[in-house]
Amino acid sequence: MPQQIKKLLIVFTIIFGIFFIIKYALKPKSFGEFGHYRGLAIIENENKQVKYVGTEACNDCHDDIVSYKKEGPHVNLQCEVCHGPGYLHIQDPETNKLIIPSKREKCGICHQKNAARSENNITQVNLKEHNVENKCIDCHKAHNPYEFKD
Amino acid sequence: MNLKTEKSSRRQFLNTVALLTGGLLVSSVTKPFNGLLAASNKPEGNEPWYGIGIDIEKCIGCARCANACKEENDVPREPFYFRSWVEQYTIKNNGEIIVESPNGGIDGFSQSVPDEDIFKSFFVPKMCNHCSKSPCVQVCPVGATFESKEGVVLVDSNYCIGCGYCVQACPYGCRYIHPEKKTADKCSLCYHRISKGIAPACMEICPNDARIFGNLRDKEGELVKFLKEHTCHVLKPEMNTGSKLFYNALNQEVK
Ligand code: SF4
Ligand code: SF4
Ligand code: SF4
Repeated sequence: MPQQIKKLLIVFTIIFGIFFIIKYALKPKSFGEFGHYRGLAIIENENKQVKYVGTEACNDCHDDIVSYKKEGPHVNLQCEVCHGPGYLHIQDPETNKLIIPSKREKCGICHQKNAARSENNITQVNLKEHNVENKCIDCHKAHNPYEFKD
Repeated sequence: MNLKTEKSSRRQFLNTVALLTGGLLVSSVTKPFNGLLAASNKPEGNEPWYGIGIDIEKCIGCARCANACKEENDVPREPFYFRSWVEQYTIKNNGEIIVESPNGGIDGFSQSVPDEDIFKSFFVPKMCNHCSKSPCVQVCPVGATFESKEGVVLVDSNYCIGCGYCVQACPYGCRYIHPEKKTADKCSLCYHRISKGIAPACMEICPNDARIFGNLRDKEGELVKFLKEHTCHVLKPEMNTGSKLFYNALNQEVK
């Protein structure tokens, strides 16, 4: 074998050797366990905090409101739609209070009249015309809105 | 070199190119795009293979899905960062199409076109399509975005280098670079919830059951039933992404 080829071979072997050592050192342990990714990433994704706990959890303490809500059109509405995620509240209800929305705009998020909303799906009002001086919950009971406050 | 053979080999080359291009064209016409591709033609395996259904007829555009998604998944509150958002499409009587999504719909929609000018208006909730031939997975240079065995496209935020290739590659605009973490972020189909047997936050919160999540391998399951009972389409079928997000009543105007 000619001298220069030999030298080149040596150089190439060294370069590839270093490359594989670096690659081995840098590659995370769990890479390739299930596919072309870090297997641990699956577990990291799984371990994130669940924040919306569901109406059943609310029912543990607030069963009176949950069952009252079932009597009206908000029957299928999860409590956390209006009150926000409850994961902190169920751990320590005293320090972690939930939101109690009262603004007209909050009700309007679902109920503001809009051409894209079908009347079959949702009851709508025009917030710009309907009883503008008052809050919706001054008259309507939020948990069962066809019942009115005295 | 002989001039004659060079000429004929060039001709041969051109012939081959023409044949290949023509072949591709013909095969794309004879094998048209199939909206239910990923639902009907599943990979081998026994694990669940997740997909999503969205019923545009049922959506009331409250964007509680988009709001819940932000809360559940630490998506920055300010606009422009979304894993899930809602668009209002309005087709005017003059044929003009208006698409609006003020803050993803989270603060509510206010109808901008008067009733008498509207031909049709509807809401389209958007989120990751969890494609089975995901362009974003294919472009990631380090393997930080991948498809889990259940068909969920996930990001490994501890390994992502924040290059943004995947943000560019997603044809549905479903990815963004998280401003604090400086890594790619997107809908994880609430992997932390579905792996514990709980529905994704947006699906649980939707007041009108317009969002369905389910196992495409389960023939009796809710999602397969939804696909059988409705005429469902995917977004951008011509891109052949193998999308697993199926819309009922999707108008062709939706991009
Ligand atoms: S931003 Fe992260 S996930 Fe996206 S392509 Fe780059 S390294 Fe991959
Ligand atoms: S499945 Fe989870 S991450 Fe995906 S859009 Fe819904 S709430 Fe957001
Ligand atoms: S929560 Fe449901 S009804 Fe409201 S915008 Fe989202 S998909 Fe539509």
